[in-house]
Amino acid sequence: MESNVEKHILDNGLTILTKEMHHVPLVSQWVWYRVGSRNETRGITGISHWVEHMQFKGTEKYPINVLDKEISRDGGVWNAMTSLDWTTYFETMPAHKIDIALNLEADRMRNSLFDEQETTLERTVVISEREGNENEPLFRLGEAIQKAAFAHHTYAHQVIGDLEDLQTISRDDLFAYYQDHYTPDNALIAVAGDFNTGEIINKYKEIFGKIPGSPEKKYIPKPEFELPEKKRIEIEGPGSTIYLQLSYRSPDAKSSDFFPLIVLDSLLTGPSPLAMFGGGSISNKTSRLYQSLVEKDLAASVSAGVQATIDPYLYEILAICQPGQSLDKVQEIINSEIDRLQNTLVSSEEIKRAIKQAKALFAYGSESITNQAFWLGYASMFADHAWFENYIEQIEDVTPRMVAETARKYLDPEHRIIGIYKPRGNGD
Amino acid sequence: MHPVVENLKNLPGADSIMRSVLPNGITLLTFSNFNTFSVDLVGLLEVGAAADPREKLGLAHFTAAMLTRGTTKKSFAEYHELLESRGANLSFSCGSRHTWFHGKALAEDLEMLVSLAAESLRQPSFPSTYVQRLRNQLLAGLAIRDQDTSDVASLLFDQSLFPGHPFGDPVDGFVETVKPIERDDLVNFHNSFYQPSKMILVAAGAIDGNQAKSLAENYFGDWEKKETNNFSIPHVPAPPDGLIRKHRFVEEKSQTDLQIGTIGPSRISEDYLPIYLGNNILGQFGLMGRIGESVRSKSGLAYHASSSISGWQETGTWEFSAGLNPENLEKVIDLIRQEIKKFVHEPVSDEELADSKSHLIGRMPLSLESNSGIANGILTIERFNLGLDYYQRYPAMIEAITPTQVMNASQKYLDPDKLVIASAGLGEDML
Repeated sequence: MESNVEKHILDNGLTILTKEMHHVPLVSQWVWYRVGSRNETRGITGISHWVEHMQFKGTEKYPINVLDKEISRDGGVWNAMTSLDWTTYFETMPAHKIDIALNLEADRMRNSLFDEQETTLERTVVISEREGNENEPLFRLGEAIQKAAFAHHTYAHQVIGDLEDLQTISRDDLFAYYQDHYTPDNALIAVAGDFNTGEIINKYKEIFGKIPGSPEKKYIPKPEFELPEKKRIEIEGPGSTIYLQLSYRSPDAKSSDFFPLIVLDSLLTGPSPLAMFGGGSISNKTSRLYQSLVEKDLAASVSAGVQATIDPYLYEILAICQPGQSLDKVQEIINSEIDRLQNTLVSSEEIKRAIKQAKALFAYGSESITNQAFWLGYASMFADHAWFENYIEQIEDVTPRMVAETARKYLDPEHRIIGIYKPRGNGD
Repeated sequence: MHPVVENLKNLPGADSIMRSVLPNGITLLTFSNFNTFSVDLVGLLEVGAAADPREKLGLAHFTAAMLTRGTTKKSFAEYHELLESRGANLSFSCGSRHTWFHGKALAEDLEMLVSLAAESLRQPSFPSTYVQRLRNQLLAGLAIRDQDTSDVASLLFDQSLFPGHPFGDPVDGFVETVKPIERDDLVNFHNSFYQPSKMILVAAGAIDGNQAKSLAENYFGDWEKKETNNFSIPHVPAPPDGLIRKHRFVEEKSQTDLQIGTIGPSRISEDYLPIYLGNNILGQFGLMGRIGESVRSKSGLAYHASSSISGWQETGTWEFSAGLNPENLEKVIDLIRQEIKKFVHEPVSDEELADSKSHLIGRMPLSLESNSGIANGILTIERFNLGLDYYQRYPAMIEAITPTQVMNASQKYLDPDKLVIASAGLGEDML
């Protein structure tokens, strides 16, 4: 994959990745912090995400009503996201207006106010966001599965946090967490688009260079590997739809097993979209599990997801069924398809097809400047930018034997969590 | 000239969009974008759920979804092997007025995509096995919809705003109207309504315009149009004349979804752009405009609260939505009505207007950075006859709008005492 990515590290430890692209007059800047729900200890779950909300509540220089208008006024879009391993803030702006985004992000890296009253108001907003999530059967099931999947690792809780913590986290907790984690040496900026690299680096030096670095105070959990034993979790709720989610431990993104798992997932349930913005997707109707479940009228749909994470996380296969469709039969079929992956080498044609699909998805995702900058920073959160630059080559290196070995190592029916959402008074 | 506009020379315009009309009525538009490796193909036929019989609501939607289940030349397996092995996709969907398609592929696969789109639209085989299978999948989708408070509130809103009109019906139907749909219904629907007259086809990407045109002629040129077009949209009902309050109970939900609104301007109305700009101030700009500031930022009552407009050929809607704790429902309804009242009685400030103008003009390149953004933009231009130079004229049209125009246009549609207020979540039914 052609690369013109440049990496600069300022004296205060801030890393900046640039990628010049001139086909549209836009620049997208992403400021990443290496902090997420993974770094939250008991009692403060959800704090990373809540801090993200507070970052929109103003600084002395950009008070609350000024901040949100600065970007929008010039046709920019901006938002933020919190995940397991990271929190990120982005602005995509007309190229000649990008300085606003640099100044704003530099300021809120250290100078957010965390006003007491704003904190109180935001508590109910965050709880409202959690209530919206709770409306979804899959959120409730996912929350129960994650709790069961980690004995001590902080991936056990949801990014949104536990309700009891959202009720008790204080303004001082939030502010201390912000001060500890929003430092140049814990941050990385990825910027792509219509600029001159030399010029923009000088701007970063000028605007971000004077922010002092400080020692990192971060909770780092110990990774958890094998799921201890087979577990079954059932929750009940309204409706008539049955959700079956099988969760296996997945390798961390830097593991040599990660790319074989991507290929395996592509064969089993179809390719996953790579882009968050402006990408396309590919349907999964020729995938093995669609063929053996949906095409046999055993499930209404099937999908799966691999997440790139710092520590081992979960590979999750989801089947959605209707009353009358047998969950035992669905599990039996999934088991036998996994067995086939473990014991019969896939053909090289199938791997070639996964490569072609990955290439297409890569091409689709590359159309968006916002996505290009996202990829650079995202990959840096669990590996480095080369992870994405070499993505296609890594997939091309996967062999049929590696797919079988990965299936044997991770998709063990004795070490998985079977999660079922059952409609009350319904189901099989 | 607005500074952003100077950079817009590469964006679609009269000199870069190729437009032609085939003898059978298909309008073809292409745009070359060699900064990418892919091509997007989008288009529409003039038939939609408005043609559904009352007892078989969901028929048009079902028919569109069946187009990818096999053709007279290809089985389901062959069809999807062709697409998925090349990393391409092609899907069909349906609204009240149109049947839509959208495909994406690497540019080298343009011919495959055009030929498969033509085959799907012209020669679907409606295999019986897949009629049954898809029916079950659609029913599964309806079961999920009925548990989703946002979908339920939205449906209740549409039914109350357009009573007895197809725009008030869900395009995916109801369990009891989808169950009786049989293969013959699908075949008959396709035979009666699918035809090239008034079809629009747009291709944008790393393609040569002439090549795309000749491919479209090859695969669509001999599709004969019907002499009589039996698809039409009935007269749209009058807007609400008072407050219409509806609520549907959905059990065990932490959050209630709220949708408030009324009829808005059609896309071709002269009121559309003033209201589009006004709505940006009301419920979009920054952190969801005045509505977001009132409901979320100042009161902490909801995670999301915003407003939007949708404009179609005949009419449109102006909607305010929020997700909130059931305890706060009445408070949020009051706050939204207060903002509406203020909005129609006082002109927006010069500063607000300048901010939103600058925002709408400045973000235009962003909506056109990908092939799918460009293709859909061109489709909208053609559908509403906005003119191929629309994007070039857009900044000046936005700049010219005054606070009085925004207020006068808004007053024609918006009245805090004449609204549909629909919600779904805990609490007794009000139907």
